Amino acid sequence: MKRLLSAFLFFALLVAAWHWAFAAGIWSPVLVPSPESVARYLWEVLRDGTLWDCSVVTMKRLLAGYVIGLLAGVPLGFLTARVQVLRDTLGVLALGLQGLPSVCWVPLALLWFGQTEGAMLFVVVMGTLWSVILATETGVRNVNPLYVRAANTMGSRGLHTWVFVMLPASLPFIVSGMKQGWAFAWRSLMAAEIYVTILTGFGLGHLLHYGRELNAMEQVVAIMLMIVLIGLLADKVLFSPWEKFLHRRWGTGK
Amino acid sequence: MTPGSEISAPPSARLAIEQVSKSFETSRGRVHALDKVSLQVAEGEFVCLVGPSGCGKSTLLNMIAGLEQPTEGTVAAAGEPIRGPSRERMMMFQESALFPWLDALGNVMFSLKRKPGLTDQERRETADYYLKLVGLEKFRRANIHELSGGMKQRVALARALAPNPRVLLMDEPFAALDAMTREQLYGDLQRIWAQRHVTIVFVTHNVREAVCLGDRVVLFSPHPGRIREEFRVDLARPRDINSVEVAGYATRITRTLKDYLEHGAGI
Repeated sequence: MKRLLSAFLFFALLVAAWHWAFAAGIWSPVLVPSPESVARYLWEVLRDGTLWDCSVVTMKRLLAGYVIGLLAGVPLGFLTARVQVLRDTLGVLALGLQGLPSVCWVPLALLWFGQTEGAMLFVVVMGTLWSVILATETGVRNVNPLYVRAANTMGSRGLHTWVFVMLPASLPFIVSGMKQGWAFAWRSLMAAEIYVTILTGFGLGHLLHYGRELNAMEQVVAIMLMIVLIGLLADKVLFSPWEKFLHRRWGTGK
Repeated sequence: MTPGSEISAPPSARLAIEQVSKSFETSRGRVHALDKVSLQVAEGEFVCLVGPSGCGKSTLLNMIAGLEQPTEGTVAAAGEPIRGPSRERMMMFQESALFPWLDALGNVMFSLKRKPGLTDQERRETADYYLKLVGLEKFRRANIHELSGGMKQRVALARALAPNPRVLLMDEPFAALDAMTREQLYGDLQRIWAQRHVTIVFVTHNVREAVCLGDRVVLFSPHPGRIREEFRVDLARPRDINSVEVAGYATRITRTLKDYLEHGAGI
């Protein structure tokens, strides 16, 4: 309750400061919109359904790419950790490409896939995949070998050991890789949506882009707020349960 | 079926180690961990392997567990050569090796997971029975990091006992515990061993611990690992590690060990 209150006070103060800054009239209203106009815009797009539709389009793209990245990344991470040849090849590739800002995939995706959903999906998968591979590889290589020996004496072999011992044992690393992959995917998707107009779906990035074209600063700021909110929500829904589980079981953090 | 009733018809669990040698390749060349070691362990016997580090006693235990294969010689359980790990021979390590992603009950149930012909209900009941046997029924839902070192080893003991193995292999399981906890566990282990008629091979470098627990104490010398001498411990049970009799045996064995270490290199 106390934490909720302090958070509320903090954000109320932030909005109040913004309001006063606007009211002082130092900057042109074209550059710094008032919190009221941003709220008004948000209310409008919420009522006519634009905001919801755009958010759904964006989230669909993000989730589809993210899930593909995870489903491919975790097994590939396992393989790079266990097979020397793959570590020297795929592992190095993953390390290199993970360092590449995922926005850099946008021009390539456009040329390969054109202005299609395929381009969006490709960019998101590239954002997710390499982080997940690397995190899983690190996780698997850090599994206490004693766990595997103990599991072997208890009749666990092969795939059973991978799924029920190595996978949960490397969970702390995999979850942080999932978070990083999510952050990269989110950033790259926004970049793609801002740069690329796709007729099959109008996402939040497009809304932001048209706000700039129309010089509608309240739209730009409102959509930025939405993007931040979705990021926070994803953290709470997707990762908080995992992190709570890790903290409870491993006794790490607080 | 109650969890305890399945022990009524035990197969022979005698361990036969014949002329076993083991060597490894390491970065510093070839290491001879064991050299022509032979040892027989009778059904229901409690045997302690004692020796300084590098004498190959843990390697021998791993071979009995089926986690490693001998370079030469044979290791057999109940007349059958050991080819890999089996639930008939469960192992306890110096670290508890409990899985942090499971609670205490989940850890004990894991050892029953791959045991065929059990329903989930039976697995749970069996796990509960063994947690109770080690005195931790109140902690069945505890996370591993919440348990003390001694409690962790109790859970590990319950986990090792749950599939009802004929042989229990223990690799310095109490070495990392404080003296008070250790003494409690000596008592518990003797009680459980007497109840369960399980064969135990126990590795330690603590001579007094070996005398307190073992029917027989087998003394190893290092570089390469060889069996030097065996001592039968004819003391009434349960034994107390602080008793004069245990101390007397331990002193004799320690003296022999020191002789080998100081003068025995060429023997």
